[in-house]
Amino acid sequence: MMGNRMRNNTLTLLAVVGLAAFLWWADGNFDGYKIQIMNLIAINAILAVSLNLIYGFTGMFSLGHAGFMCVGAYVSSLLILPSSQKQAIYILEPLIAPLQTAHAPFVVAVLLGGLVAAIFGLIIALPVLRLGGDYLGIATLGFGEIIRVFANNLVPITNGALGLKGIPDYANLWWNYGFMLFTFYFIFRIVNSNFGNALKAIRDDEVAAKAMGINTYKYRVTSFTIGAFFAGIGGALLASLLTTIDPKMFLFIMTFQVLMIVVAGGLGSITGSLIGAVVITILLEWLRFVENPITLGSFEIPGIPGMRMVIFSLSLVLIILFRREGLMGMRELSWDSLFRRFSKRGEAE
Amino acid sequence: MFVQHSLNALTLGSLYALIAIGYTMVYGILRLINFAHGDVFMLGAYFIFYAGALLHLPWIVGVVLAIVVTALCGITVERAAYRPLRDAPRISVLISSIGVSFFIENLAIVVFTGVPKPVVRPSWLVSIIKFHGVRILPLTIVVPLICLGLVAGLLFIVYKTKPGLAMRAISKDIETTRLMGVSVNKIISLTFGIGSALAAASGIMWALRYPQIQPLMGLIPGLKAFIAAVVGGIGSIQGAVIGGMLLGFVEIMIVAFFPALSGYKDAFAFILLIVILLLKPTGLMGEKIEEKV
Repeated sequence: MMGNRMRNNTLTLLAVVGLAAFLWWADGNFDGYKIQIMNLIAINAILAVSLNLIYGFTGMFSLGHAGFMCVGAYVSSLLILPSSQKQAIYILEPLIAPLQTAHAPFVVAVLLGGLVAAIFGLIIALPVLRLGGDYLGIATLGFGEIIRVFANNLVPITNGALGLKGIPDYANLWWNYGFMLFTFYFIFRIVNSNFGNALKAIRDDEVAAKAMGINTYKYRVTSFTIGAFFAGIGGALLASLLTTIDPKMFLFIMTFQVLMIVVAGGLGSITGSLIGAVVITILLEWLRFVENPITLGSFEIPGIPGMRMVIFSLSLVLIILFRREGLMGMRELSWDSLFRRFSKRGEAE
Repeated sequence: MFVQHSLNALTLGSLYALIAIGYTMVYGILRLINFAHGDVFMLGAYFIFYAGALLHLPWIVGVVLAIVVTALCGITVERAAYRPLRDAPRISVLISSIGVSFFIENLAIVVFTGVPKPVVRPSWLVSIIKFHGVRILPLTIVVPLICLGLVAGLLFIVYKTKPGLAMRAISKDIETTRLMGVSVNKIISLTFGIGSALAAASGIMWALRYPQIQPLMGLIPGLKAFIAAVVGGIGSIQGAVIGGMLLGFVEIMIVAFFPALSGYKDAFAFILLIVILLLKPTGLMGEKIEEKV
């Protein structure tokens, strides 16, 4: 067993080194569009795995992810925007005084964005997590909307509907994949700890978990807050990647996209969320072809704008109808399972 | 002024109530939040627009046609996306309904285009009457009356007819009802049909009240009507009406008397929801559901 663990850790380390080498190579050889997609994959993976912790591992149906992303995005953007740029974009009402001069290095700003999102998550969780099931979904959806309405109206802080522009684009491949590895490592350790066992017990049967002496409320609140923290980090990175944010970006459809990744990858599978993020992000970009005119021989089919989202939403329904457990189900891709598969194949031959 | 605001609130409340009934009936029977319900409401508004603009039908024929077609849409959604998941975990059906909702919205953007469309309104509904110095839009009297009539009809169906009895039985215990020889799937289709027809009625009247329709118009009214259903006590038709009215009054009155807060209008409903859920999770008229182990 110990030998296996040594081997697995070494392989994981090698995989990380391999990823770093690939990023280094991609940085030099890929064009801007491909790098943008790779960045989006990393951010989507962070968002998906944080929702997976809340929903897939603790069984809390939360639809408030966009709200936490919104908080993280605004907090970190306000900390990295240069003072002169702040003066230039707040044209309706000036930014309130302490925020005008507030400044932080990128990594601190992102972590603070996550932290403030986590505080919001905690404030929301304390009352709302007394509810269960569907009510929790609709209440968190409500909170997401409330955060967006406030972002739209608190003009001296958020610049209202105009949003923030010219956010420095620090979020390159290295930062995004660095934060992604950090998130995955953190959530992997949580899920495979005793704490994670309690979460899974709550997911599978809350009443039974309570009967076993688990303080389900405390565990649910903690899990929700951690999920909100990483959602905030994802939002902060996204803001810096896109360099412009406004309240409309954080509509319910944002949560829907993250949910789609989690469901497609498999609820309760960390590696599933990563695979889901890769597949869905590439699929969403690839689907752009239906909106462009297609030439088949002498025929030309005109592109239909908006068709991309029709196919996207239809595929969510089809996944739920025909492959409810997603790509991975609750299984994880691990070195052990890979080796077992290969050795079995060897024996068969 | 106050009379006018009250009439406006009564109208908005009626529109919310009619949508909320659809949520509450479906939830009562299937324990499902039908996220696509707000989009069915949107379809109703578009069908009345096309009945007038493309087919040049007389107004009343258009209304009937729009309601029937919308009801069929609601039934189709249930057949295609919810029925195959009858034995799946409830959360799967919920995700399916979110997917259907986005599908209808995006399809509507493709088919109807995203450009807002103007609805032609019969002039007698919108010519202002002066009565003792109060300026009244006839529409704001007609809508609550129609709503009252529809709710009375619905209560008759639910409490005085055989299918209504079956509906109430399913909401108590679906398995036993099936064993008693009730064709459960037919009753569920009927429920979706009635709910969608009421949403269509609301969508048509919404289009008359706010005559710019666009594919995402169902999103916010749908969410608010769901909130109305929860506030009133989900599963209860009377509760849905009371919740809808309450929400209509809160929204109109706060905007009327505190105009500075009007930007936060959409947040009120959610704040009301969370307060109610914390104080009385079963809603104003809801029954307490015991958790079985």
